[in-house]
Amino acid sequence: MDLAFILIQLLNGLQYGMLLFLVSSGLTLVFGIMGIINLAHGSFYMVGAYLAWSLASMTGNLATAIAIAIPLTVVLGMALEKLLFRQLYTRDHLYQVLLTYGLILVFEELRSIIWGDDVHGVAVPALLSASIPLTDNLSYPVYRLAISGVCLLLAFALYVLIQKTRLGMMIRAGASNRDMVQSLGIDIKFIYTLVFAMGVALAAFAGMINAPLSSVTPNMGSHVLIICFVVVVIGGIGSVKGAMAASLMIGLAETFGTVLVPEVAGMIVYVLMAIVLVWRPEGLFGRK
Amino acid sequence: MAEPILRTEGLTKRFGGLVAVSDVSLDLQVGEVHVVIGPNGAGKSTLTNLLSGDLPPSAGRVVLEGRDIAGLSSDQISRMGVGRSYQKTNIFLPFTVFENARLAAQSRTPHAMRVFGRAEAYAEINARASAALDAAGLGHRAGRVAATLSHGEQRQLEIAMCLATQPRVLLLDEPLAGMGPHESQRMVELIKKLTADHAIMLIEHDMDAVFAVAHRLTVMVNGEVLESGTPEQVRASPAVQAAYLGGEEMLHG
Amino acid sequence: MNSGALSRWLPWVVVGLFALFPMLESTFYTQLVTKVLIMAIFAMSLDLLVGYTGLVSFGHAAYFGLAGYALALMGPKYEAASLWWTLPASLGICVVFALVTGLLVLRTRGIYFIMVTLAFAQMLFFVFHDTKLGGGSDGIYIYAKPTMNLGETVLVNLEKLDQFYWLVLFFTAATYFLLRRILGSSFGRALVGIKVNEHRMRALGFPVFRYQLASFALGGALGGLSGYLAAVQFGFVNPEILSWHQSGMVLMMVILGGMGTLHGAVIGAFAFVLLQEVLSNQAWFGIAAKHWQLAMGILIMLVALYMPQGLAGLMNGFRRKPQAEAEEGADG
Repeated sequence: MDLAFILIQLLNGLQYGMLLFLVSSGLTLVFGIMGIINLAHGSFYMVGAYLAWSLASMTGNLATAIAIAIPLTVVLGMALEKLLFRQLYTRDHLYQVLLTYGLILVFEELRSIIWGDDVHGVAVPALLSASIPLTDNLSYPVYRLAISGVCLLLAFALYVLIQKTRLGMMIRAGASNRDMVQSLGIDIKFIYTLVFAMGVALAAFAGMINAPLSSVTPNMGSHVLIICFVVVVIGGIGSVKGAMAASLMIGLAETFGTVLVPEVAGMIVYVLMAIVLVWRPEGLFGRK
Repeated sequence: MAEPILRTEGLTKRFGGLVAVSDVSLDLQVGEVHVVIGPNGAGKSTLTNLLSGDLPPSAGRVVLEGRDIAGLSSDQISRMGVGRSYQKTNIFLPFTVFENARLAAQSRTPHAMRVFGRAEAYAEINARASAALDAAGLGHRAGRVAATLSHGEQRQLEIAMCLATQPRVLLLDEPLAGMGPHESQRMVELIKKLTADHAIMLIEHDMDAVFAVAHRLTVMVNGEVLESGTPEQVRASPAVQAAYLGGEEMLHG
Repeated sequence: MNSGALSRWLPWVVVGLFALFPMLESTFYTQLVTKVLIMAIFAMSLDLLVGYTGLVSFGHAAYFGLAGYALALMGPKYEAASLWWTLPASLGICVVFALVTGLLVLRTRGIYFIMVTLAFAQMLFFVFHDTKLGGGSDGIYIYAKPTMNLGETVLVNLEKLDQFYWLVLFFTAATYFLLRRILGSSFGRALVGIKVNEHRMRALGFPVFRYQLASFALGGALGGLSGYLAAVQFGFVNPEILSWHQSGMVLMMVILGGMGTLHGAVIGAFAFVLLQEVLSNQAWFGIAAKHWQLAMGILIMLVALYMPQGLAGLMNGFRRKPQAEAEEGADG
């Protein structure tokens, strides 16, 4: 194993980790702020990928497709929050699990009706289709670097939003003390809608930009969902910082695992989770 | 002076930067009611939680009959004979009053893990549950669902459950809160009766009740012990008088 | 009729009626009801955790699948294995898995517990999906059904549909009565106490963790029983039987029927499997039958929103006042 090979795996691991972060940041915020366990979060990732594929085949351009798709997913998120999830805030987790499980079935079948059950591929945009040569026979695709960059930008934007803006202050306050926020006269319902829609859009966006790298397949949402659960558990519920750390950790572990010990790669993340739980049951950055 | 059954040495609890209980040393003896008073936020409930194992102390020792129990879990401490009641009623609302007491009594027996015989089949557990309910004045409510009891009655059940575990040390966190005058009187009588063979720590705001039962009094302010001694000593203490302006504010604490 | 006598005799009457079922001599329906009864065991084993101990496990399929794979892997490849040792061994493996994972997952609460149980089931899924151990994603066939012989005599012939049906019915009834007995005992009362108010149970001196672990192991063993029987019925195992869809499905059965009532789990299993059969019936729903999961999904959402007490709760609603319902937990 030489240096270039390790470098490639490292970049792949980081890129995969950043992608996981996009999906899991929304999941952890919804957990932390609304106290909702949302199994259907993976479906948003799936919806994003299918939207990207169908719009890209219509417009012939992935960037256009994404530009059209993002507002759609924001609207979807707002509608779901207002119509469905709002009723769950005071309910036992058990019913949240059940309702969002039902929602997965609905999403999967609607996907099957609208887009069919075939596996699809999305072309890498021409502008980003080049590769950077590393050695004589190893190179690294620009597109992967580009999406890593986009993810990093988004993560930074999320950090600024949550830590530096007035809205972010309200979101943080909402996570720690719902009643206090309401007594400050902040419209908590609006914050909930906003955070939920943001989570949906981030997950869907992850699905869109990842579509050219992995094929667009039925059930693609459930694999991502479970991994993101692990991310949230390891990082600590409600912690965006934790989601970032855990995403990168899992991204690297799974990437290197697949290359080095393919037989047990699927299990590595769960073993990792078990270890973290023994050490810190509330997750790396979770509150006790 | 007899050897105390339970004493604390330098007991301290910090929450982040906040010191809720600071260097508290006190002792409890069988035959005595040790009342802890102080304004809200003085750390009284936290102190109870440290003694019962609901919270682990940050520093200091809790010695029960010569053994340091600081840091043990609440179920271990309970099984060693320390029973507590909660300030906020903490009972099994969907169960009958009797089942609440029966579960408490069951926790003291090796039958507890029995998997086959019907739970009601153990006469001595039933007897202990009934006795605890009678002592707390709830015998006539045994068949009612706990959720349907009045607030005062739920407070009584709280005490009954504590008694059903047959503790030697009783930690009572504001048992009179929310009780009517008649029920309060009854509870004061019960505490007096229990004093003979229990060591009791009582946290209470009702000063009439406090002076009716207290053998010793500890005043806490901001997590620290301001004064400790007999009720007469505490009443005469300049520090307490300075802090409370003649005790008026203590009543409204 | 006195409701105490009713609840004492009704289960026996129901078991008796079910015993007559194979007399109809419909292969299809005998197989269908066998499947339902197996699912009823599965649902009851989860109800013990969710409805009585307050442990919302979202990874219960792990035990279902583990026992199935245990049977498939332990027996000789083309010959029948004996049920006398493969069944206890399969359940034993489930108990060990429950104890080991229980030590970890029972340290967590609430959302964490749900996700961590799910994650451990997924871990198992990948063990069987990604490695050669259990034939990968294709699974393994169980060519010959286990034998139940006493010396030279065949006690029960599992190849015969009606005999297998009776055996499954026996196990379903046994699970029901066993759990009822246990839940009425000191141990069972303590479990319900933990569900209602874990903190208070601890303050009363109950070693809560030990109770939860015991319940978790028992739930795992009974979940394994259903998985073993399912593997025998279908004659093969694949990773799908321990997927999280399986865990979601059994949770749905428990809630649909009404959690915290054992008969509710049985009713839920019936309702769910029959619903599945009806919705996917092409003769009735034509092209829509292909997308039966859409209707199922909407139905699940409606149950979660508007029927939190499930079917058993609906029935109780006609007979009882809400106050009496609160007593349910103490009634056992």
